[in-house]
Amino acid sequence: MLRPLTSALALLLLGLAAGCGRPANPPVTPASGPAAAAAPAKGGPMIWRVGNGAEPQDLDPHIVTGVPEHKILMALFEGLLSENPQDLSPEPGIAERWEISPDGLTYTFHLRAGAQWSDGVPITSTTFVRSYQRMLTPALGAEYASMLHHVRNAKAYNEGKLTDFSQVGFKAVGERTLRVTLNQRTPFLLKMIATHYSWYPVPIHVIEKFGGLARKGTAWTRKENFVGNGPFILKDWKPQQVLLAARNPRFWDHARVRLDEIHFFAVENQDSEERMFRTGQLDLTNELPVAKIDVYRKEFPESLRIDPYLGLYFYRFNVERPPLNDKRVRRALALAVDRESLVKNVTRGGQIPAFSVSYPGTAGYAPTAKLTGKVEEARQLLAAAGFPGGQGFPKLELLYNTSQNHRLVAEAIQQMWRRQLGIDIGLRNEEWKVYLDTTDARKFDLQRGGWIADYVDPHSFLEIWTSDNLNNDTGFKNADYDRLFAKALAAPDDTARYAVYQEMDALLVEELPVIPIYHYTRVVAMNPRVQGVYPTLLDNHPYKYVWLRDAAR
Amino acid sequence: MFRFITSRLLQSLLALFLVITATFFMIRFVPGGPFTAEKAVTPEILRNLEAHYGLDRPLWRQYLDYLVSLGRGDLGPSFKYPNRTVNEIIGDKLPVSAELGALALAFALVIGITLGTLAAVYRNTWIDYVASTFGMMGISIPTFVVGPLLVLGLAIHLGWFNASGWYGPADRVLPAIVLGFAYAAPVSRLTRGGMLEILGQDFIRTARAKGASELRIITRHALRGGLLPVVSFLGPAVAGILTGSFVIETIFQIPGIGREFVNSAFNRDYTLVLGTVILYAVLIMALNLVVDIVQAWMNPKVRLEE
Repeated sequence: MLRPLTSALALLLLGLAAGCGRPANPPVTPASGPAAAAAPAKGGPMIWRVGNGAEPQDLDPHIVTGVPEHKILMALFEGLLSENPQDLSPEPGIAERWEISPDGLTYTFHLRAGAQWSDGVPITSTTFVRSYQRMLTPALGAEYASMLHHVRNAKAYNEGKLTDFSQVGFKAVGERTLRVTLNQRTPFLLKMIATHYSWYPVPIHVIEKFGGLARKGTAWTRKENFVGNGPFILKDWKPQQVLLAARNPRFWDHARVRLDEIHFFAVENQDSEERMFRTGQLDLTNELPVAKIDVYRKEFPESLRIDPYLGLYFYRFNVERPPLNDKRVRRALALAVDRESLVKNVTRGGQIPAFSVSYPGTAGYAPTAKLTGKVEEARQLLAAAGFPGGQGFPKLELLYNTSQNHRLVAEAIQQMWRRQLGIDIGLRNEEWKVYLDTTDARKFDLQRGGWIADYVDPHSFLEIWTSDNLNNDTGFKNADYDRLFAKALAAPDDTARYAVYQEMDALLVEELPVIPIYHYTRVVAMNPRVQGVYPTLLDNHPYKYVWLRDAAR
Repeated sequence: MFRFITSRLLQSLLALFLVITATFFMIRFVPGGPFTAEKAVTPEILRNLEAHYGLDRPLWRQYLDYLVSLGRGDLGPSFKYPNRTVNEIIGDKLPVSAELGALALAFALVIGITLGTLAAVYRNTWIDYVASTFGMMGISIPTFVVGPLLVLGLAIHLGWFNASGWYGPADRVLPAIVLGFAYAAPVSRLTRGGMLEILGQDFIRTARAKGASELRIITRHALRGGLLPVVSFLGPAVAGILTGSFVIETIFQIPGIGREFVNSAFNRDYTLVLGTVILYAVLIMALNLVVDIVQAWMNPKVRLEE
């Protein structure tokens, strides 16, 4: 009796497992049942359901630091400027126009008449000045306050060295005129203001009612108290489930907004998220498991979305540790990595092999210097450095944070080094925060790193490698590089600035404090009825331009 | 009885104090902190942050402050979720996990006790083999396999349920079954063992000799003693099941406390780590006490002594 029973069970399990590889219901047309009931019927409200990754920490633009929060805040707030839906270049927001002084140090923003919070309170230049004052107040301990440090005296005020805010470069000149004075030319300032939430205004009049401006985590961001100024307002927030944003009738450009609601689902598990997509619970996922990419390519190409993403996957060298202090060794290791094979066989998400630190095509900039050379050259360099055929090469370790994907990449590259150069690099993984601590203390030989740009400008990637940058973490200190960095900021226009960046990128490929490996892509599943979502390099999709085909409005 | 309970409560209080102290210092000596992030903040900003949360004070002072606020029932603010306190997070999420746990437990007990009893009564027949196979499967197939398989079959292929979420009553079914399945297996095995032992005892033979029906013998006489091993298993199991399952809550996107146990440690959310540890410790201690009392009631051989 036992035998037929277990084989029946085994068959049942096999039958279910066989379904694993191939989604049964095309996501385009949700099946019947509760999933279909959840999908908006034709003529109903236009609701966009989005997988948004981790639970948002908070909704206070001065407190939060993560991507899931950013996605939500883009719906609930608007800054002085907003983003173009196709290339994220600055467009009018609360400011309808602006002027920049010839020396590039003073920006004057003219706010639109009638800009208001979702409770009807007007937004004036004073609102912005007081918002920035709050962000910089030392007692608030805002983690991203450094985003405002480009402004004159902002850093000193934030560090408590200056207590008189009137000396900081934010001035309300008139009720609708805001003047911002900088320390030095900051050519990417407008992009930063358009994209980053640290530049959003906050409802001072509401925050004051809930424990004052210098306190973190007060009740003002609760759903019953929340006030914003974006295209959407907070309708409901069920922690660790879903956050509902509904059209804001008081938004100045509300006529353009087409979606009635956006539902941000907090889904941390990629596999659960993908299953939710297949039952029709989501129109857009936050990620797609690597194992599913080929399935979608074959079965649902219309739902697979791969967009370029302004991020670099790289390995840091600890350039102070021998033999990595030898440029030839670094170059040999960098040349032995077969990037084409890696993105094709391991990461599999259409990533772009990286032969430079900057992304080719960042706001009109493409580095001409490229890391090129044959494996032969790598072997010769290694021999010249005293390790012919890898002989005598010390035992080094590559540090990465515990994750299946990072492990696969590390193992592939470990194999390439062993085969091409005859050297053996050990692998060491650490839990995320331990790994960050180890990196910060520079207790590694090689380290896996990643960097995502905050705004679309080559500055984002090039500033990291200056001598005193806190994210450098390689020990790379180069006076020429620092000089070029300062020169670029002082350049009169973008043509001149980009010419300096070419020199900086060339220097990085020559010195190689890091091995560029690939440029990121965003791989997600998206229902083809979603419209107005363009590949934007930062995965920001200004919501006022998004709409759903086959839905009302 | 009264002496027993007060003495156990005092012991528990001491144990709780030791747990709190050990957790407080252990989490502080783990590398990384609540504000360790990939994008480094300047040392000045980090100082501002630490001052905001009182992390700049000496550790012994922070420990005493924590104990004082704990004495007032205040578990402090969460580091990761600044606009929520640890009390609120537990208050929001424990009921969700408890609801899921209660449903799963009901499923586990009904299935487990029924199968275990049947297996004991019809020992070495096909019924016993089916029940044992079920028990082996429940113990050896992890929930992260059972969960996605059920979702694939019942939610994606048949469309009967949502793939995940915690919105309507229908969303309770799959997680309760998956979690219950994992507990039903040991319950059925323990029931079988306990029942086999009891069914061989003299008082059962006496009952049979007096002509009691088999059903009556099982329900009236045997079960009370036969379930003793299940009851001692249930003490810690109930504490575990009520405080949520990280795996089930992750697979089904359930806003329960189970995920906080794990994530708070990853986030170095010191106060939330302590809050969840205290919650778990208190539940375990309370439930073990209840188990001891219930066992004394069920088994005349057990006396509540110190």
